[in-house]
Amino acid sequence: MGGHLNINHLIFLGHGALWTIGLSLIALVGGGITGFAIALARISPLKSVRIASGAYVQLIQGTPLLVILFLGYFGLAAIGLNVSPLAAAGISLTLYVAAYLGEIWRGCIQSVPKPQWEAAEGLALSKVQRMTKVILPQAVRIATPPTVGFMVQIIKNTSLASVVGFVELMRSGQIVNNSLFEPFAVYAIIAVVYFALCYPLSLLSQKLERRMGRGMTNLTLA
Amino acid sequence: MGIELDFPAVLQRWPAFVGGAVLTLELAFFATVLGAVFGTLAAVGRGAHSALIAGACKAYVEAIRNTPLLVQIFLVYFGLASVGLKLSAFTVAVAALTINVGAYTAEIMRAGFEAIPRGQIEAAEGLALSRPQIYWHIILLPAVERVYPALTSQFVLLMLASSVCSQISAEELTAVANYIQSDTYRAFETYIIVAVLYIILSLVMRAGFWGLGLFLFPRRRRLGTPL
Repeated sequence: MGGHLNINHLIFLGHGALWTIGLSLIALVGGGITGFAIALARISPLKSVRIASGAYVQLIQGTPLLVILFLGYFGLAAIGLNVSPLAAAGISLTLYVAAYLGEIWRGCIQSVPKPQWEAAEGLALSKVQRMTKVILPQAVRIATPPTVGFMVQIIKNTSLASVVGFVELMRSGQIVNNSLFEPFAVYAIIAVVYFALCYPLSLLSQKLERRMGRGMTNLTLA
Repeated sequence: MGIELDFPAVLQRWPAFVGGAVLTLELAFFATVLGAVFGTLAAVGRGAHSALIAGACKAYVEAIRNTPLLVQIFLVYFGLASVGLKLSAFTVAVAALTINVGAYTAEIMRAGFEAIPRGQIEAAEGLALSRPQIYWHIILLPAVERVYPALTSQFVLLMLASSVCSQISAEELTAVANYIQSDTYRAFETYIIVAVLYIILSLVMRAGFWGLGLFLFPRRRRLGTPL
């Protein structure tokens, strides 16, 4: 049988956890930028742009992330494009996160009250000014709690990058388990680490949501 | 760089794809039904007078919602094995998916329960309805009616998430794809086909839930708006 869990195993798991955070950040930044473009495209005045971005969201939301990852890693390799596990995971997660964040943010932009759009138009603001000076500042406020909540999903979903051999927390757990043969103990530790990463974000999201609820009531009362 | 795509070579394996898709739907079906019951119980438990039960239900929901499904599946798989239970991959997959979707269902159902006006329950008490009658007709059914869209999209996400069960060798759609691509060396075509199949499955599920909703909640259809 294998040895006992020692400090080196824990350091190795710690490295994995850092890569989980790194990959989450890559997915958040990449998916955030792309998702913002998707959100704007979804409410574009051009019908073709709306349809194309809507189709993208439907395609990604109808496919499991695991299949997107396999497509990005084995699929691209099979047609002659060799990508590293990090690149495959980063690109796949970016595409995936963009579809979900785009849809969340579209809802937030559209939930800015209609009179705000009309008032901005009445003040002769250009379309860009209306978006950047009136709509987006309010939409960001609405979007913060669900976006923080979605970051939990991103962190959890990076665990799937383990299947294409990217050594993040999950994969490092599998490697440690291969030397220890104590799957239950190892995966329990992994679960605790994921929980420690995700739970503070969940709490923050709930707190922001409650605070925003208060802000909203104040607005309607005043 | 020559890229040659040969979809027919992969498509001739269609019986395997269909078998995988059927198993994916079976996984989704059992986990949805069991998870809905389990999650509703957990949601009821969170409102229990006993702090122990309420705390246990909250801990369950938070633990599941803040850890990846992949880790949960491995924990169930090796956990059951370590206590000497030798179950098929399919059973383990259903158990893990049920535990997972139960937590999300509990959160959604709790929102539904909280949206029931107190006055309706008091009115039902005033009309001398029994406790089970109140729970069923005044709380549960209207709550489900209210959160039905959120529940159904959660169940579609569950079907997609069941792809992770390929990692414990449950022979569902993604596992079939892994096998076919390692056999034909046509990974790109295989995963494109599987992605299309998943999209079809999710559309079928959405349509099914929409039809079921019309049948289950005629009031919603008559009003033309969500309650």
